[in-house]
Amino acid sequence: MMSSGSVVSMQTMPAALNDPGSARSAAQKVLIHNVEFYYDKFKALKNINLVLRDKRVTAFIGPSGCGKSTLLRVLNRIYELYPGQRATGEVMIDGENILSPGRDLNLLRAKIGMVFQKPTPFPMSIHDNVAFGIRLYQKLPQSELDDRIESALRRAALWDEVKDKLKQSGLGLSGGQQQRLCIARAVAVQPEILLLDEPASALDPISTQRIEELIAELKSDYCIAIVTHNMQQAARSSDYTAFMYLGELVEFDETERIFTHPKERRTEDYITGRFG
Amino acid sequence: MGVYAQRRFANVLVMSLSVVATAFGLLWLVLVLGTLLFEGFSAITPALFSQMTPPPGNSGGLLNAIFGSLVMTVIATVIGTPTGILAGTFLAEYSRGSRFGEVVRFINDILLSAPSIIVGLFVYEIVVVPMGHFSAWAGSVALAIIVIPVVVRTTEDMLNLVPNALREAASALGTPKWKVIVTISYRAAIQGMLTGVMLAIARIAGETAPLLFTALNNQFWSNDLNAPMANLPVVIFQFAMSPYADWQVLAWGGALLITITVLCLNIGARLIASWSTFK
Repeated sequence: MMSSGSVVSMQTMPAALNDPGSARSAAQKVLIHNVEFYYDKFKALKNINLVLRDKRVTAFIGPSGCGKSTLLRVLNRIYELYPGQRATGEVMIDGENILSPGRDLNLLRAKIGMVFQKPTPFPMSIHDNVAFGIRLYQKLPQSELDDRIESALRRAALWDEVKDKLKQSGLGLSGGQQQRLCIARAVAVQPEILLLDEPASALDPISTQRIEELIAELKSDYCIAIVTHNMQQAARSSDYTAFMYLGELVEFDETERIFTHPKERRTEDYITGRFG
Repeated sequence: MGVYAQRRFANVLVMSLSVVATAFGLLWLVLVLGTLLFEGFSAITPALFSQMTPPPGNSGGLLNAIFGSLVMTVIATVIGTPTGILAGTFLAEYSRGSRFGEVVRFINDILLSAPSIIVGLFVYEIVVVPMGHFSAWAGSVALAIIVIPVVVRTTEDMLNLVPNALREAASALGTPKWKVIVTISYRAAIQGMLTGVMLAIARIAGETAPLLFTALNNQFWSNDLNAPMANLPVVIFQFAMSPYADWQVLAWGGALLITITVLCLNIGARLIASWSTFK
């Protein structure tokens, strides 16, 4: 067991980590090592260790308040918007510890897209919603910008529904469309990692299905982490699943194994609906 | 009496009391507006807008006072609005949960309810006395001090209504904080903020007390900001108290003019507030 303050080299790290990677597994993208999280005095995450792989979907399941959303919020340090919240430990992305002080959070976040539980379209046109993130870091000529917006909206399976009303407000779309707009906005900046915090929980079954299809398609390009309350969704759309309970990572394995042969009793109880 | 009848009785009773109370309140409003219209309407003539305030016994208008009120209101708004918006932004976006923010908020609330004559006396002490004379500048500063707390309050309230989820979403794209505020928070809150500014202008349009000690008054046309300047509220105050019939008529006209202006500002504020969130 290493202390949370120690600097861990890439060579020694995997030994301490949960990594169910097999021969067919892709490259390690995010290495979470000994992460703990505090809301003021309250410890919400306890010694979390795991690996997120590139071009794979990792699902986080567990009862409300187990810390799965908190863990997601550590990965882009969005928690820093609020005083009194802090994380310790290491989160290595491409060999750099993103939790180390002095990192440019804006550049970090530009590399990591996030989609939230409730759709959050900005109060501007559909076009400007998607253009917002692109304009932050790139000055593109109009035609190129429009191409980027079109391809982002196509990737989010929204283009056909909105191509004739790009100048209209993003707030005028339906909930499912708004959420896909947010996904388009996130992928438009070409991030490397996509964090989805219960992206379909406020949506109807048809919109949910579209989002899941979208995840399956996006996975060829990104490292995706998804928090979900929906067990079927985790089983359907993820390669790896992490079960969390009371701030601890109880079990982490390939999704198939978690849902067929869980090692832990608590995991089994949860996925079979006996508690949670 | 059964429970149902009791409830029906209570319902009728409370309803009647509410209607009576409303009618009582509205009665005075209607009487004030009615008197104002009746007395002031005849004073609204082309001369009112084209001639200066007259000496007693002569005919004249309110042109210099209208001009002075406009000038001082505009300067006060130009000083007070950016200051108020920036301070409100600080309270809502930067000082959440901080002790300093709470102190600022508390002081602002006191300022918000401070009697305007105190503001007039304060500006008299810090501007008029050092300058040695009354001036339009002093009047503008006094009005600005009344504008600021109103704008601070509405800006903060409106920014607090912007959901944190929007700020998170913008930050998650890698947006710097100042840009989140300018492009997302302001954009979501702009109507409420504009409404607040309009209401602040409406408030200073009729303020008399802070101008009595600062801009004073001027019988003649003046566009010198370093000199006393005529303005509607003080002219109304002076003319209405005078024994001269001509002056009294002009005072009614000026009062009607201010009332119509404030009414228009309030309607404007309503219209802004009722814009759909985004077009």
